[in-house]
Amino acid sequence: MQAALRRTCFLSSRTLPRATSTSRVLSRPVLSRSIVTKKYTEEHEWVSFDDSTGIGTVSITEHAQAALGDVVFVELPAVGIKVTQGDQMGAVESVKAASDIYAPVSGTIEAVNETLSSEPGLLNKSPEDKGWLCKIKLSNPSEMDKLLSDSEYKVKCEE
Amino acid sequence: MLTKKAGPMTTLSRTASSFSRRVVAGRWLALRAYATPSGQLKKTGLYDFHVENGAKMVPFAGYSMPLLYGDVGQVASHNHVRNSAGLFDVGHMVQSNFRGPSTTQFLEWITPSSLSTLKPYTSTLSVILNETGGIIDDTVVTKHAPDAFYVVTNAGRRDRDLAWFKDKLAEWNASEKAKDGPVELEVLENWGLVALQGPAAAGYLQALTSFDLKQLTFGSSAFVPIEGFNLHVARGGYTGEDGFEISIPPQHTVEVTEMLSKSPVQLTGLAARDSLRLEAGMCLYGNDLDESTTPVEAGLTWVIGKERRETGDFIGAEGVRAHIKNGPPRRRVGFVIQEAPARQGAKIYDDSGNEEIGVVTSGIPSPTLGKNIAMGYVKNGQHKKGTPVQVQVRNQKRKAVVTPMPFVKTNYWRG
Repeated sequence: MQAALRRTCFLSSRTLPRATSTSRVLSRPVLSRSIVTKKYTEEHEWVSFDDSTGIGTVSITEHAQAALGDVVFVELPAVGIKVTQGDQMGAVESVKAASDIYAPVSGTIEAVNETLSSEPGLLNKSPEDKGWLCKIKLSNPSEMDKLLSDSEYKVKCEE
Repeated sequence: MLTKKAGPMTTLSRTASSFSRRVVAGRWLALRAYATPSGQLKKTGLYDFHVENGAKMVPFAGYSMPLLYGDVGQVASHNHVRNSAGLFDVGHMVQSNFRGPSTTQFLEWITPSSLSTLKPYTSTLSVILNETGGIIDDTVVTKHAPDAFYVVTNAGRRDRDLAWFKDKLAEWNASEKAKDGPVELEVLENWGLVALQGPAAAGYLQALTSFDLKQLTFGSSAFVPIEGFNLHVARGGYTGEDGFEISIPPQHTVEVTEMLSKSPVQLTGLAARDSLRLEAGMCLYGNDLDESTTPVEAGLTWVIGKERRETGDFIGAEGVRAHIKNGPPRRRVGFVIQEAPARQGAKIYDDSGNEEIGVVTSGIPSPTLGKNIAMGYVKNGQHKKGTPVQVQVRNQKRKAVVTPMPFVKTNYWRG
């Protein structure tokens, strides 16, 4: 399913105009005004980048979890390894299908969500919050610019 | 640059195995879609019914078929069939009648089954073999009389099967064997076929008929009056549960299906169908069986009539007999795999992890067992239950053990 879903998106991936808007959320207003930017990939991953820490939190989208169905196994990358944008760095398995997780950005894996090993269903319940997969220290934050905005991603999912 | 380190995800590039797995799956899907000449997907008589009931329709074997309905996920749908009852549209499958004086002998030529000794109104799983003993299709053959059989074959093999039947019928009918009259094939085009499956199936169906379903044991069939319709009902199915496969004339398919799908029966799609049949250890043609595979390799020697193994004159007998006599080069077996679920195409290694000994043909995380189950082929000798093996999932070899099938105990009504 997920593979099929991805193929559909691949077909038209380069024809879409890129919107310039970026969703910006202010957080931690007391210490510093860090800007958190959330972007998406065609492979249905999201990455939420905090410019004050240089760390991006990564997981799969609500759309992806719905398409996958009941997640039963999550394979996480090892902490400390370096990944290049597009590398396969993990996998999510549902009864229906296996879906590879590709690094949406380049960098070093800083942390992984171990809770998913014992509770993979968290990815269905809270894919964009408690079901985060890993945190990546970005080596090239400008890669964020090339990812899809919220509205661009929504358009893709509707195609 | 890729950094390679020891750890759970050693190779960070897209591995060859994950790629090939995906490519294989993609190719198979494409192949199935191609099976429809126009490129248009065919519809069963229940297409509109599925859409009205919130089905997510997907291409399967040249047909647009329901995968899931509404918000019911695969696991919930699967469990409902194991615990209550589900109704499947299997109207994409090919239903045929073979009739004529020498029908039994003809079918004993194109299959290795013992059909002469099969009692009327009973069914058997069988295989249609090519000249070398490879499986053209698996099929359920129901005998109504020595000169009348009802045969169900796979939708994905429709073109191949029907062309084969046509050729073999022409050869048979031109020979001395058909001297008392020809064998004729009637394909029941556009007929409905639904499978009511699960422990609550018999109770549900009994409420709709005066026919005593206790008499209808696993593997037998009858024409059953159901609310004014007289329908062919075969007890059995593709889930391992008690159940019925009900054949319905085209004009009544929707009405009968509506009657058969009220609470507690849930409409059930291909997603649960696949996980249920795999738990039951049953083959999916195209995944687990193909024309390069003999029934001996496939663990289906039992479908070959005992008295036919030595002397039976059926197409492909020589190849089959060689595998029986010398042992097949590989055998289909079940596995339970630790950690990650293995899917079609995953390579199987011996316990040391050094020697490649086979390949997974179907695999899922079992909703009923909570374990990763799979079936696949391994070299003869490595097939005994309890044999430790390793299965490669993505870039890692995972421990697995050869496990007898069915994985989930069958629940048939045997009277």
